[in-house]
Amino acid sequence: MSSPTHSSPKTLYQKIWDNHVVHQAEGFPTILYIDRHLIHEVTSPQAFQGLKDKGLKLRKPENTFGTVDHSIPTTDRSLPIQDPEAASQISTFEQNCQHYGIQFFGVHSDKQGIIHVIGPEQGLTLPGMTIVCGDSHTSTHGAFGALAFGIGTSEIEHVFATQCLLQQPSKTMEIRVEGELSPLITAKDIILAIIAKIGVGGGTGYVLEYTGSAIRNLSMEGRMTLCNMSIEAGARAGMVAPDDITFDYLRGRPFAPKGEAFEQAVARWKQLKTDEGARYDSVVTLKAEEIEPMVTYGTNPGMAMGISQTVPTPQDFSTADEQAELVDALGYMALQSGAPIEGTPIDVVFIGSCTNSRIEDLRDAARFAKGKQVSESVRALVVPGSYPVKRQAESEGLDKIFRDAGFEWREPGCSMCIAMNGDQIQPGQACASTSNRNFKGRQGKGGRTFLVSPPMAAAAAITGKLVDIRKFNDN
Amino acid sequence: MTQSTKINTLSSTCVPLNRNNVDTDQIIPARFLKGTTKSGLGKNLFYDWRYLADGQPNPEFPLNNPRYKGSILVAAHNFGCGSSREHAPWALKDYGFSVILAISFADIFRNNALKNQLLPIPLPEAVLMNLLAAIEQDPSLTVAVDLPNQTVNIPGQPLQRFEVDPYRKTCLMEGLDDIGYTLQHMDAIQAYEAAHA
Repeated sequence: MSSPTHSSPKTLYQKIWDNHVVHQAEGFPTILYIDRHLIHEVTSPQAFQGLKDKGLKLRKPENTFGTVDHSIPTTDRSLPIQDPEAASQISTFEQNCQHYGIQFFGVHSDKQGIIHVIGPEQGLTLPGMTIVCGDSHTSTHGAFGALAFGIGTSEIEHVFATQCLLQQPSKTMEIRVEGELSPLITAKDIILAIIAKIGVGGGTGYVLEYTGSAIRNLSMEGRMTLCNMSIEAGARAGMVAPDDITFDYLRGRPFAPKGEAFEQAVARWKQLKTDEGARYDSVVTLKAEEIEPMVTYGTNPGMAMGISQTVPTPQDFSTADEQAELVDALGYMALQSGAPIEGTPIDVVFIGSCTNSRIEDLRDAARFAKGKQVSESVRALVVPGSYPVKRQAESEGLDKIFRDAGFEWREPGCSMCIAMNGDQIQPGQACASTSNRNFKGRQGKGGRTFLVSPPMAAAAAITGKLVDIRKFNDN
Repeated sequence: MTQSTKINTLSSTCVPLNRNNVDTDQIIPARFLKGTTKSGLGKNLFYDWRYLADGQPNPEFPLNNPRYKGSILVAAHNFGCGSSREHAPWALKDYGFSVILAISFADIFRNNALKNQLLPIPLPEAVLMNLLAAIEQDPSLTVAVDLPNQTVNIPGQPLQRFEVDPYRKTCLMEGLDDIGYTLQHMDAIQAYEAAHA
């Protein structure tokens, strides 16, 4: 057995790392075991092909789970997929899974959805696991106290062939958020505030651990939203130590341990926390009370501000580079330096994505839509994160609230977050989106993305502009 | 172990891309991710920056400027941020780049690049900015990258040393791949699985 990489007292990350070391040799990367490998149709085909080309077996199909989410349309599933490339990619995926005996939730599965929504809801994501997927938002699963991160296609092939990955340990950063969130402030606002503070490269080389009373008070879905966007700060992964909120969420889920085995697992999981006296390489703190409803104004997730603030001016930045980037971003986003961002007209509203498409997100948005009408100038869509979420929402009448208000109620998938499946915005259109990236053209070439929380998105749909939900009457 | 192409030394003129935070949606937009192979992505590299709305090449974009050519791309801070799509290094390689010089790289992109014989080399900010200025002045400027000695030779500047993990360096120089290395340790993997069953 290899000796641990880290010495006590250890952080949560270091504990999980040490628990998964298969082999370590001087001058070589560590061989780390991967407990759960999640796959989808876009990043896996070349990895499967690689196995075939090299004549290698897929070692552990039983540790591998898949779904179709990125290129699948969010329209009627009984109809054939119009885009021939997407259709081919999806059928290739399903054939590959069948060939290798991998369990997957495909086009016609009643559990299909976005991979980072279905992993947790099926109980596939458990505390203390190492979890990887060919998608950068794999950091989502860190909400359960797992070490979860995105990998490229070559690494997918490597995990297929070995059930391991070659890794170097990361540095650790504690992000402590103490205090109480004001009403209507969500986990989405917390993570946007964090990225605004540390920047899109601020977490590069680090695994983040989120601590503090405001984090402890988040539900599992809130913690998932938070961890989801860890990658947007450049971090390798983000995590929250598990607690009773975590265990209660997991109890009874299909792939979670059952009965006595579950209680034994809980006893082990309670050890998954940073030791007293452990040192993080870096510490960042935020006060929960200072966080207001956030919105991005620029072309990366770090360019975010409170809804009541005015758009930054070049004088707010110290280097010529940053000033030039601001000018470029505001030009693209058609915003004026120094002007309020409140009141910015919105053309499209997208409520969905692995960041914010779970039942609590839909409830939060529905609260603002109930009894109201989507503005005539707005196209608004709600894309639940999975079929279980969709069914839950329908049993609560949320679909009726949305449809009565004039929102489109769609089938699950990544949809307009990445705009690969036909759901996209037109050049120049402004979209208030609950997704995670506002890069130029992300949601459609020439499209302008404003990242917000679900209640902010719903309010934008109703009013046709960005508004401060604290002033908005949500009944 | 399987063989892929090897990297050793490379001398080339450079293509400057003086932008920070070049994200993977710019390197290869999502609509080009629907294929099932690794090849042919070079034509879609930086697509929405390279081409105007009417499909004509954007004359403002450095890759379309006939002054600049070469297999070395020179960028700035945080190159490759955003998604884990390995299509990004595939597109850069297919287009013809073998080296990227930048002030810093995003983590996942850096790992993906190294697995595709695309060498991401960080340089100090002052060195990088001087290089960008020098290329603009004289695009015939040739930079020499030496992986065995871990140096970058930029005319007019002191010789730059770069760090590279020794294992990764061996893989790049000998065209070896990770799966081969890991499979050599199958005993350890099985022992781990038995201990954690």
